[in-house]
Amino acid sequence: MNVLRVHHPGLLTTVQDLGRPFVRRYGVPTGGAMDKFALRVANLLVGNDEGAAGLECALLGPDISFAQDTWVAVTGALVPGAPRVRPKKIPAGEVLSIRSFLAGCRVYVAVAGGIMVPPVLGSGSTYTRGRFGGFKGRTLRARDELPLGPAMANVKDAEHWYIDEDFGPHYSGHADARFVPGPQWGSFGEHAQARFLNTTYRVSPQSDRMGVRLHGAAIERSDKTELTSEPVAEGAIQVPPDGQSIVLAADCQTIGGYPQVGHVITVDLPVIAQLRPGDTVRFRECTLDDAHGLLLRREAAFAKLRAGLATKTK
Amino acid sequence: MTIVPLGDSAVLARVVAPPEEAARVLRSWIHALDAQRLPGVLDLVPSYATLAIFYDPAYVARERPGSPFETVRHWAEERIRAAVRSDAQEPRTFMIPVCYGGEFGPDLPELAQRAGLAEDEFTARHAGVDYEVRAVGFTPGFPYLAGLPPELGAPRRATPRVSVPAGSVAIGGAQSGIYSLTTPGGWNVIGRTPWRLFAPEAHPPALLRIGDRVRFQPMPAEAFASLEAGPLGRNPEPLA
Repeated sequence: MNVLRVHHPGLLTTVQDLGRPFVRRYGVPTGGAMDKFALRVANLLVGNDEGAAGLECALLGPDISFAQDTWVAVTGALVPGAPRVRPKKIPAGEVLSIRSFLAGCRVYVAVAGGIMVPPVLGSGSTYTRGRFGGFKGRTLRARDELPLGPAMANVKDAEHWYIDEDFGPHYSGHADARFVPGPQWGSFGEHAQARFLNTTYRVSPQSDRMGVRLHGAAIERSDKTELTSEPVAEGAIQVPPDGQSIVLAADCQTIGGYPQVGHVITVDLPVIAQLRPGDTVRFRECTLDDAHGLLLRREAAFAKLRAGLATKTK
Repeated sequence: MTIVPLGDSAVLARVVAPPEEAARVLRSWIHALDAQRLPGVLDLVPSYATLAIFYDPAYVARERPGSPFETVRHWAEERIRAAVRSDAQEPRTFMIPVCYGGEFGPDLPELAQRAGLAEDEFTARHAGVDYEVRAVGFTPGFPYLAGLPPELGAPRRATPRVSVPAGSVAIGGAQSGIYSLTTPGGWNVIGRTPWRLFAPEAHPPALLRIGDRVRFQPMPAEAFASLEAGPLGRNPEPLA
């Protein structure tokens, strides 16, 4: 059986898949990879199911090796020396060192066969706050050994697999994020709305898997009636009393009482996930129909990618 | 009853009913929506007077042409119209043991003084009423309880604690709650229950849901270690 060995854990490395979307009613966040686009691509490049468990590595990546020759794909943040568009075969025992990123915040490592962890509430994702899921409910440490599943039979063709350079978003030090204004957008008033749209926000080091915190021009509602807690969705742009917005991320609480500007569209959640502390972001409005159109186009692109990889056998 | 988008992958329905009836109404809606699920709907999340319906737009669009939002809204409106209040099962009542004060309730002295009551009187009043669960969130299984006698209310602490032990019974504003995980927290801690509010291995994993009734049963602090851990069983790791 193949095993992934951790030599150096990096800064914040956890096992993640596409999360557990069916248990929010119990107060359990969906979780999973913050950049689900990057994880899906990485999995496809090594012949896995798109939702197989892989590693999410934030800010500083790990040093890992494998007991057997293993096909690996590294996507998301830009890592020097690691090809983003094709998988790489790592010989048994050789150390794959990911370390620092040129751009982007989170790297995804998929290995052929996927990482085998006992599913909790239907998912292999790690929820560190609850200390469950993934590998022992925690971030990885040196000397951890993670069992890997058997690679799919088609992985023998992996050397021919690749994606186009421009398949998917490119990550740099700045993001333009589209959002659908929410029911409370009107209560902010024209001045605050204009300020929000015209501000270049800077990402705070206090950002994490619960939310990306932003520094910039403070905004507040002109109508200040108190709000009771309502269910929230990932991508919600919340405005706490200090006026500094937070974009809720994969491990955010399931209900909340802060006013919301609106929601970053699902297609742009990956660019939010790739913002490092100090990076900047600007927001622009998007209609719900356009948000859905973009999402459906992305899914069509994934269908085409899956079909295309299946034909790349030489 | 209005249904609006909550981003591109959820909608929000709002109950128009007095607060004390909202939980029952929401439970009947959830019953009706779960009974005939629209393919592509992922979860239903209630909170106070609102219900969020999470969906996968690509899945919904594959099954039915047109705007995924309109498909979900149309289905939800039809199901909610068909909801019958009596379909929501009778509320369940839980008698939850609690050890008040001492090491389990570091904020009790301050809150009692604030209310102008002796600690015994404060806890007797806290344990003397039925609470209703109005929402579950903050952390998995954490119940927001309505029904706190108004004189016992106290604002959240200015500086949250770095670590509040799981099982801590607390007061935040006009509400009471029970910490379900050991996490940072800003509510005022007045006691602790040995009961588990959340267990990821259990089905369902949360003890409480909206509409449940909770009554606290004071127990002596010395008895804490020997008290039962409740329906979800004992935490495999020590509560810390």
